[in-house]
Amino acid sequence: MAKTMAPQKATGPALDPGLVRKLLTDMLLIRRFEEKAAEAYALGKIGGFLHLYIGQEAVAVGATSALRPDDYVISAYREHGHCLAKGSDPKRMMAELFGRRDGLSHGKGGSMHLFDKSVNFLGGHAIVGAHLPVAAGVAFAIKYEARDQVIVCYFGDGAVPQGEFHESLNLAALWKLPVIYLCENNRYAMGTSTDRALAQTQIWKFGQTYGIPSEKVDGMDVFAVRDVVGRAVERARRDTTPSLIEADTYRFRGHSMRDPAGAVYRTKEEVEHEKERDPIALLRQRALAGGALTEADVRAIEKDVSDRIDEAVAFADASPEPPAEGLFTDIYKEG
Amino acid sequence: MTKLNMVKALNLALFQEMERDPDVVILGEDVGVDGGVFRVTDDLQRKFGSQRVIDSPLAEAAIIGTGVGMALYGLRPVCEIQFSGFAFQCFHQIENHVARYRLRSQGRFACSMVIRMPYGGGVRALEHHTESEEQFYAHIPGLKMVIPSGPRNARALLAAAIRDPDPVVFFESKALYHAAKEEVPPESETFPIGRAQVAREGGDLTLVAYGAMLRVAREAADVLQAEDGVAAEVLDLLTISPLDRETIVASVAKTGRAVVVHEAPRSFGPGAEIAASIMEGAFLRLEAPVRRVAAHDVSFVGFAREKANVPDVARVVAAARETLAF
Repeated sequence: MAKTMAPQKATGPALDPGLVRKLLTDMLLIRRFEEKAAEAYALGKIGGFLHLYIGQEAVAVGATSALRPDDYVISAYREHGHCLAKGSDPKRMMAELFGRRDGLSHGKGGSMHLFDKSVNFLGGHAIVGAHLPVAAGVAFAIKYEARDQVIVCYFGDGAVPQGEFHESLNLAALWKLPVIYLCENNRYAMGTSTDRALAQTQIWKFGQTYGIPSEKVDGMDVFAVRDVVGRAVERARRDTTPSLIEADTYRFRGHSMRDPAGAVYRTKEEVEHEKERDPIALLRQRALAGGALTEADVRAIEKDVSDRIDEAVAFADASPEPPAEGLFTDIYKEG
Repeated sequence: MTKLNMVKALNLALFQEMERDPDVVILGEDVGVDGGVFRVTDDLQRKFGSQRVIDSPLAEAAIIGTGVGMALYGLRPVCEIQFSGFAFQCFHQIENHVARYRLRSQGRFACSMVIRMPYGGGVRALEHHTESEEQFYAHIPGLKMVIPSGPRNARALLAAAIRDPDPVVFFESKALYHAAKEEVPPESETFPIGRAQVAREGGDLTLVAYGAMLRVAREAADVLQAEDGVAAEVLDLLTISPLDRETIVASVAKTGRAVVVHEAPRSFGPGAEIAASIMEGAFLRLEAPVRRVAAHDVSFVGFAREKANVPDVARVVAAARETLAF
C-alpha cells in the first residue's frame, strides 16, 4: 500500500481521492483546532501553556494513516495533532484544554496530558524524553502477549540529548521491540537550535549506532511520511524490528504561547521561507493538480472541518467546571 | 511451616505470584542470570524464562519507564533497582509517570507495578548503598510506600503489592535480608497494605518503627521493661504511605507518650508526619512531646561512622526515658 504512495510530485501517478480527502481533512482538522485553541488561550479560557502543532500536521496525519486503529501512539507535550489524528473526539479534547468536566480526563490532564484509551492514545508527556522508555515498555508487552500491534512514539529534537532517548533506542534494539521512534525535528528545542544542542544534527544517524533501520523523511510531505512509517510498521509487525525516523519539519508558531511568534531565536525571513513548505498547502496543491479533488471538494472539506471545530469550542464552552470533589478522585483506585 | 530468611521469603513471594499470574514479570539489572545482587530473584529466570525474568541494561530510568509501559498495556511488572541510592536516576519516572497515570487519565490508565529497592544501613557500605529515602516516595500522592520488618510480613506484603491496583514502592532492609529466619506458611498469603501492626503491647509508651528499626524498637522495649519496669507498646508501620494514622493515634491515646524511630534523616522525615498525626488525633491525651530518634541531618558518611548515625537501642531508650520523665 505505502509503496504506491511513495514520494510523489504533482505530476506523479494518480492519487487515491478517498485517501487524499482523509489526509487533507485530518490535517485541516488539526490546523483549525490549533488556531481556535490559540484564540481561546488569548481569551483566557485555557491554562497551562499551549504548544501548537501548526506546520507539523503532515507528520501526525501521514504516520497515523499507516497504522491500524488498535495500534498505540504515545507523544510528548505538542500532542494535540497526534491525538486528533489517532481519532480522538475534538469536542472532548477542546474541553480538556479548557479544563472542563467533559474533557478527556475531566480537565485533570490539560493540554500537555491528553489521554484517550478508546483510540489507544497513551498520552502527552511534558517531561522531555521521559516517555521514550514507556513506549519501549508498551512494545515489550505487545511482544510478550504475542500480538501484532505496534506503537509509534513521537518526540521532538529536544529529546535527543536526553539520556532516555539513548537508553530507549538501546533497549528497543537489544530486545527487538515493535516500536517506531518518530522524531519531529522542527529545529528548535524551545529557543535552542539543533546545531547549538546536538553534536550530531542528523538525528536519524543515532539509529545506526544502535543498529536499527533509520531514515530521514520530508516531514512536510504527508505521502512521504506515510510511506516511511508504513515500511517501519511493516517491519515492526513482521519481525518486531524497531525503527528511528527523523521527520524534517517546522513549527510555524512559537514554542508555546509565551513566545507566540517564536521570533527571538529565528528570523522572520526563515519562518516565512519555511511557510512556503506548508504541508497543507502542498497537499491541496497536489490534490488539485492531480485531479484527486476539485476546488469545490476542498471548500466542502474546509467548511466541514470549520464546523466541527466550532462545534468543539461550543461544546467546551458549554461544559461545566469540574466538581470540587474531583480533586480527591483517581489518586488511588477507589472501592 | 518452613523457616525462611527475608531473601528466601521474598523469593517465595515472587515465585508464587509469577505462578499465579502470567502477567507478572520481573525487570532489573542482574535479576535473571545472576539472580539479583542480593539473590532475591535467584533461580526465577530458570523457572520462568528470560521473557519473564528480564535482565535489563544498566539504565534505571529505562527500567522504570519500560515498566510503566508494560503496566499501561496490562502486565504487572516488578522492577528492581539494585540500591535505593541509585533510584534518583529514575526518580522522575516514578514521580512524573508511575504515580500519575491514574490521575491524568481519569482512571483509564494506571500503573499497577512494584518497584523493589534494598535500602538502609547496617551492612558497612558507603553513602548510596546505605541511605534511607522512604520520605521521598511517601511524599508522592498516588504511590504506596511499603517497608516490611521480617520474613513473613515481607513475603505477604510483596504478594499484596504485586496484586495491588496502584503502584507500590517496596523497600527491603539490607540489614534484615539475612538477619533472622521466621516461620513462613507454604501457601500464599497477603497482608493488607496501609495497615500497621502492634508488634508488642504495652500501656506506658508507644514506640513507632518500621523496617530494620523495628528490631531496635523491640530491643529498646525489652530494656525499658527490664531496667525501668516500663511497658512500651511497639508499632510496626509496615506501610509508610498511606499512613495508618488510626492505629498510631489509638495507641498513643492509650499511652500518652510516643517516640518515633527511623533511619531516614530526621528533618522532614516520616517522624514529622507521624508526630503531626499524633498531635491532630490525640493532643489532649499527650503527656509529653512526641520525640524522634532518626539518622542525623547529614549525608551518609560511610561505614566507619555508620553506628553514630543510624539509631540504636541506647538512643531509643534515652529518648523514651526523657519522654517518660517529662
